[in-house]
Amino acid sequence: MLQVAWLIPLLPFIAFWVILFRGRRLPGEGAYVAIGALGLSGLLSLVILGQVMFGGRYQATMVWAMMGDRPLAVGYAVDPLTAVMLFVVTVVGSLIFIYSVGYMHGDPRYPRFFAYLSLFAASMLLLVLANNFLVLYAGWELVGLCSYLLIGFWFERPAAARASMKAFVTTRVGDFFMFLGILLLFFTVGSLQFDAVFAAVQTGSLAGPLLTLAAVLIFGGAVGKSAQIPLHVWLPDAMEGPTPVSALIHAATMVAAGVYLVARTYALFFSSPDHLALTVVAYIGGLTALMAATIGIVQDDIKRVLAYSTISQLGYMMLGLGVLGYTAGVFHLMTHAFFKALLFLAAGSVIHAMNTNDIKEMGGLAKVMPVTYVTMLVGGLALAGVPPFAGFWSKDEILLEAYHHDRTLFYLGAAGAFVTAFYVFRMIFYTFTGSLRSHTAHPHESPQVMTVPLIVLAAFSGVIGLVGAPWPLVGNMFHRFVHFEAAEGAPFDLRFAALSTAIAGAGILAAAVVYRWQLVSSATLRRVLAPAYAVLVHKYWWDEFYAVSVVRPVVWVAQQLRTFDVYAIDGAVNAIGVVFVWLSRLYRVFDLYVVDGAVNLVGWLAKAAGGRLRHVQTGRAQNYLLVIALGVIVLAVIGLTR
Amino acid sequence: MLSLIIFLPLVGGIIILFTSKTNETLLKGIALGASLASFVLSLFMTALFKIGGGFQFLELGNWIPSLGIHYHLGVDGLSLPLIVLTALLSLLSVAYSWRIELRLKEYLFLFLLLETGMLGVFAALDFFLFYIFWEITLVPMYFLIGIWGGPRKEYAAIKFFLYTLVGSLAMLLAILVMYFNAQPHTFNMLTLIEQQPLAAKPVLAALAFWGFFLSFAIKVPMWPFHTWLPDAHVEAPTAGSVILAGVLLKMGTYGFVRVSLPMLPEAFRIYAPAVAVLALLGIVYGALVAMAQTDLKKLVAYSSVNHMGYVMLGVASAAAAAGIPEKAVAAATALNGAVFEMVAHGVITGALFLIVGVLYDFRAHTRGVDEFGGLGARLPMYTGITMVAMLASLGLPGLMGFVAEFFIFVGSFGIFPYLTVVAVTGVIFTAAMFLWTIQRIFLGPFNERWAGLPDMDTREKISLVPLAVLMVIFGLYPRPLLDVINAAMTTLVAMVR
Repeated sequence: MLQVAWLIPLLPFIAFWVILFRGRRLPGEGAYVAIGALGLSGLLSLVILGQVMFGGRYQATMVWAMMGDRPLAVGYAVDPLTAVMLFVVTVVGSLIFIYSVGYMHGDPRYPRFFAYLSLFAASMLLLVLANNFLVLYAGWELVGLCSYLLIGFWFERPAAARASMKAFVTTRVGDFFMFLGILLLFFTVGSLQFDAVFAAVQTGSLAGPLLTLAAVLIFGGAVGKSAQIPLHVWLPDAMEGPTPVSALIHAATMVAAGVYLVARTYALFFSSPDHLALTVVAYIGGLTALMAATIGIVQDDIKRVLAYSTISQLGYMMLGLGVLGYTAGVFHLMTHAFFKALLFLAAGSVIHAMNTNDIKEMGGLAKVMPVTYVTMLVGGLALAGVPPFAGFWSKDEILLEAYHHDRTLFYLGAAGAFVTAFYVFRMIFYTFTGSLRSHTAHPHESPQVMTVPLIVLAAFSGVIGLVGAPWPLVGNMFHRFVHFEAAEGAPFDLRFAALSTAIAGAGILAAAVVYRWQLVSSATLRRVLAPAYAVLVHKYWWDEFYAVSVVRPVVWVAQQLRTFDVYAIDGAVNAIGVVFVWLSRLYRVFDLYVVDGAVNLVGWLAKAAGGRLRHVQTGRAQNYLLVIALGVIVLAVIGLTR
Repeated sequence: MLSLIIFLPLVGGIIILFTSKTNETLLKGIALGASLASFVLSLFMTALFKIGGGFQFLELGNWIPSLGIHYHLGVDGLSLPLIVLTALLSLLSVAYSWRIELRLKEYLFLFLLLETGMLGVFAALDFFLFYIFWEITLVPMYFLIGIWGGPRKEYAAIKFFLYTLVGSLAMLLAILVMYFNAQPHTFNMLTLIEQQPLAAKPVLAALAFWGFFLSFAIKVPMWPFHTWLPDAHVEAPTAGSVILAGVLLKMGTYGFVRVSLPMLPEAFRIYAPAVAVLALLGIVYGALVAMAQTDLKKLVAYSSVNHMGYVMLGVASAAAAAGIPEKAVAAATALNGAVFEMVAHGVITGALFLIVGVLYDFRAHTRGVDEFGGLGARLPMYTGITMVAMLASLGLPGLMGFVAEFFIFVGSFGIFPYLTVVAVTGVIFTAAMFLWTIQRIFLGPFNERWAGLPDMDTREKISLVPLAVLMVIFGLYPRPLLDVINAAMTTLVAMVR
């Protein structure tokens, strides 16, 4: 089946066009077509995953264009990393598609939603299958487009319209660096195939600072897409999109593309002198992990809590990759996809019931929405990193790698882990415990089409981490499947696992003290920690910083240039025009008085002479004879005097 | 066949002159038939065209033998796509102009005359003929803007005419310099390329280069010769804008590739960095100024300045690499990108001007970007097409614009790395500019002022859908077009040694 892997992105792509043009006339108003296409892709992905597990590899290329006499190839490849990503995207994607049938029910643009979702799935799968930078970049930009379309799906809301644009432009800044990185690689290596680039790294024809530069530039794209500092600002605003979109694109799959990119091109980062490029990745990741987690504490919008959580978790993945924990980073990508999709969909279920995103309006929902409550609790425990749930295994591995690699990074990660457990249980306690605070809401459990995907995802979140557990005899199966030869992971350490569990437990306990048992009221905390609270509430002033330092200056410069264009350049053109008009007036004066004057003068002279000479012509023969006689005399005199 | 393609529109135009002006259906029918015939023939020619076969469909006849002037036509991989593009855009524009009421007969005649001129420019291989066709395009455009234009039409028309006329004169002088230095004196462009008459005369070569430069740069338009463009676009009728942006601007870049590069490679190489810097200014400046526009047509016009900057960056890079064998691939890549961008920009910007026209001509009668809002909910078809065109213009992979930009950047990065880095920032600005425009027109709460606005009708769909389809097809699989271009550009680069 490896030879037909190209069908995986093609099926949803066809579904996109079919739904776009046939829309409501399709079964389920297009939803069934979308689910069917992605479901088939999912089955195919599962088969491929099985084949790859037993050593199957495949690669196919075709010539896409000629540049001079040099062909530019495109193609796809299937290897363990790709197979895992295909599995995650199709399985999580299918569940979210099914959930959307319930969540988007009755939306005026219902078929359009499924069309966009299908296009997104196709682009993401294309990105994952690419065996070269060109196709990867194409998929990369297309998922960005889908993200744009879906964030702005309810575009009548100005906030959604603004958020969609912010997302696209911010990530494009990252893509700018990535594109430069691709240009640099192509310039040095002469090919965009991953194989060729990595071979050049191996042979040393791409090395030294140039390699570091290329790797860091490529990482720029990942920073944009995976919402790392300093380009993370778009992701929280992206929550304006419908919740399934947040789950699929802005939590489980697309934002992980940045992590995937680093993993895919790990050879570049790894071979950069002194792992410099990886150090950059690790520090950006570590800082993002902690910073975003702290902001998550003060958010009252349930989706925004999860959004900052996503940024933070993506930071963990980057941290893992950066501290040579290749397997750990990719593993966390996979587990996170499941439990974060679960959390978002559960949040969606809550929003669906409450018609609000504000957790301070909620409370006591555990009784009314038991399925949502239990599944969200599973997601929360997985996120917090409590064994045996999925997040524990991967996060523990990342922290372990960080501990062995660089202590500063470990402390960043450990502090982040505490905060993570704190904010997610703050959210759960606010939402599900106590009593309902809103007086207008009438919460109810969501329909089965929504709860079943929740249950399936919860099951995954419960057990998927076990594939990366240190089993007796077989060891860490995930590590065996996906690993980077040169970067061997640190072995599992039971005491360390106990420590990371303790950190998570402490976070949960702290949250319970404040928000469940209310031994310390949150208002007191806010008062005591007022300066810190101000920083967090303003999200470290990133948005304000960009508004002042980037957005306004660019708009200002654009307006100044427009003025310059109208008055200076066009002014000069018009001035030349005016000068010529003026010159022609001058010529006219010259013409009128000098040239024409001279002509007139000649005429006037002739006329005057004529007037005078007129008197000579008298008509009398005597006068003429007299003149003749005088003439003869004059001639005679001249003749004689000679 | 080439003559037939070029002159069929003119024949149609002359027949129109002898038709009663009250019979509007017949007039339109003749115009449509003539441009359709020309387009179909150009497709037929494409089918017969042999990739990599150099100049084909040659036609050579004596015209004024005493001066060495011939009637000499031919197409290669550079001119073929542009000829088909011209025929296509003309056809779509005639279809779009169906509702013109004012002096229809003259309008159609001028339009067909213009088409003949443009097709001739791209097919002429004799400088004298080239110049004549070049000038023929000027006059109908002048009248199209001056008679069927907007409120400031006279100013715009005169500005357009005088500006380009200055360029034409410079070109004429440069042509004469070439002519008198060739032995024997000839206007034959192919012979001039072979002979390189100015190779040993750097001063004359520089003069000729700047002569051609002025003419072509005004036409492109390159920064800082661009200010005629926004005025001309804003005032021109929709079909005029389409032709102006889609084809007339390409005459400038075509000139650079057809004339400056192969005939004056030495001079061009020396001045290529200067040209590249001007191109770069066009890219960044064009995008930023476009961002500050509130008039939709002006916005698209400045985005043209930006995109033609990309083309010129590609051409200048290739010129700078001329004669350096190890940079031949980069040069060919940059040129491929540049020529592809010519076609892509023709298709995309042609579509964008039609799109503006759809909104302005028969519906809202305003082009203020800020006056709309929320149209996306009411005009789904129109919104979809606009999004496709704008995304193509901002270089989204999978659409035509990306392929062009990708090759230009890949090629020029090997030659002018630092300039290219700055040029790539243009991609961010164009993205911001178009998305902001989409946001202000189509997104947000619906502006009730436009409650009665209908979606696109059949005629508008006929003129826009083919362009959108082209954007997608060549964006996904550019090879059919790119192979044609690549063969010609590889030959060109190999020739310039």
